[in-house]
Amino acid sequence: MSRFMTRLRANINDSRIEHRANTMPWKKDLKKNWGLYLFVLPVIAYYLVFCYYPMYGATIAFRDYNPAKGILGSEWVGLKHFISFFSYPDVGRLFRNTMIMSVVGLVVGRSASIGLALMFHELRYKRLKKITQTISIFPHFISMVVTCTICMQFCMTDGLFNIILGWFGVAPKNLLGIPEAFVPVRQIMHLWRSVGWDCIIMLAAMSGVDQQIYEAARLDGCGRIQQMRHITLPAIAPTRVITLIMAVGSLLSVGCEDIILLYNPAIYETADVISTYVYRKGLVEFSFSYSTAVGLINSILNIILLLIANKISKTVTETSLL
Amino acid sequence: MNIVRKLKKNALDIVISVILFFLSIAMLYPMMYELAVSLSTPESLVTAPRIMWFTQEFSTLSYELLFRETDVLTGYKNTLIIMALGLVINMVLTMILAYFLSRKSYKVKMKTPVTIMILITMYFSGGMIPRFLLVRDLGLFNSYWSVILPGAVSTYNAILLRSFYQSIPDSLEESAELDGAGHATILFKIYFPLSKPAMAVVAMYYGLDHWNRWFEPSLYLSDTTKHPLALMLRKLLINTQAAGATTMLKSSQAYVSHLLYDEINTSMSAALVVVATVPFLLIYPFLQKHFQTGIMIGSLKG
Repeated sequence: MSRFMTRLRANINDSRIEHRANTMPWKKDLKKNWGLYLFVLPVIAYYLVFCYYPMYGATIAFRDYNPAKGILGSEWVGLKHFISFFSYPDVGRLFRNTMIMSVVGLVVGRSASIGLALMFHELRYKRLKKITQTISIFPHFISMVVTCTICMQFCMTDGLFNIILGWFGVAPKNLLGIPEAFVPVRQIMHLWRSVGWDCIIMLAAMSGVDQQIYEAARLDGCGRIQQMRHITLPAIAPTRVITLIMAVGSLLSVGCEDIILLYNPAIYETADVISTYVYRKGLVEFSFSYSTAVGLINSILNIILLLIANKISKTVTETSLL
Repeated sequence: MNIVRKLKKNALDIVISVILFFLSIAMLYPMMYELAVSLSTPESLVTAPRIMWFTQEFSTLSYELLFRETDVLTGYKNTLIIMALGLVINMVLTMILAYFLSRKSYKVKMKTPVTIMILITMYFSGGMIPRFLLVRDLGLFNSYWSVILPGAVSTYNAILLRSFYQSIPDSLEESAELDGAGHATILFKIYFPLSKPAMAVVAMYYGLDHWNRWFEPSLYLSDTTKHPLALMLRKLLINTQAAGATTMLKSSQAYVSHLLYDEINTSMSAALVVVATVPFLLIYPFLQKHFQTGIMIGSLKG
């Protein structure tokens, strides 16, 4: 870890030197670096074709896409698709579900991963720590399809979730047919899959805390729980803030893959989110322009949220991403 | 007295150990269950306890049926092709980009514009539909390239690799330059051997993506003989459960009586889950030690 920190410090120094202004004229620069530019050209081309061309293609949100005329030839229709999205009766439901799912995911997922990291950090039995940590990471490597399959099996009337609910006297039901159960079930699945993985970064931050602070606290009679509360948690604040900003920036983009795998029309009431709606409208019903408009609203809102979160954290905690 | 004091001193450790023990059980149970079900005879599943840790009556019938009756092997083959081709392209392009990003901006004027250009793509993209239209317009439908090319470079991984490249002393590269080495030589002969641990992490990220990807193939590959394993899983597992578990087997009636239809289906699903998971779990212990450094650098420099 310390080797890593010195390397990091070297990097930071490096970037300070780097901010020296480059006053060389473009012509001279091209003459000197043309070999390097030629070398990196395939990658630039990749970004232009596969990242920037689709951004331009997103203008079909303002056109009526016509397959015969292509993206460029289709007619401009202004904000027609945006207006029809906001007059869609279930638009509130889409935003509500997206927000509920991501906020629940954020709160539960983060508390669980910080809690788990604290436990790993405090545990003095190193062998046990290593074994349990290895076990907690491995579900991250199981694919989403498999995870969702297992989840579905557990949700069936004779599945694990119903057995456990049965202990509390709940009659067995197919949980994926009940709208109220979808968010908790999906959250449990996500916890299983990613809590161990997410806690690595917290754990890494915790192991970077100066041991002398703990020693000083111990001399002053500070117990282990108090050390956790007053040293470890504040010490990892920058990591917590940065991961929080990044999470806020994707609040509205709840990954649609797992929801597409798990949901069914019976529970659209709580399970349908913006990205699944984009998928259904665009790639199942083929209304390209309309669903591009919806997707565009989604990503613009994401960026606004990211910038706001970044701004707030810059003023409040002096940590920022950008 | 002594024991009481010892217990008190270690109380927190004991509490944590107990919690972690139960947590580990919860983490392991799903896979243990699938393994147990897949290795049991369908007959024994009828009377099996509902919470199951070990096989009932050992049999490999479900695996035999799986490989004989479904297209799992084709799925494996396709995944391997996509992975092999994809990983080579991913790694070469990512290395080149990381190399470029590790240049100093006072020496290379294009560095800042290019950095901004690629950082924007991390936060903003055209979306699902324009990408779909692009792949269609490029005529990539139904070819492996439709799955490989759209995600060829991940900005995140390039930045991660750049951090490692920046830690390589400049003097190495300068002396190579004096000896007349070009950029390609410096990258592949000097940087590549020096950054093997970082490359392993990046390759694992890409490899995992290729292994688990089903969404893009389901959009771009309509030819079922080109479907990768993950997409096959989706078709066989998720769709059968939605449709009431009847399409898993092509001709299972030949092997078991109708009464056991549900059981053989359950056990074959479990076998499929195991088959799709085991390869990555086998290499997982070898890569585990690199995660911490990889994640940390990526997050701080990202």
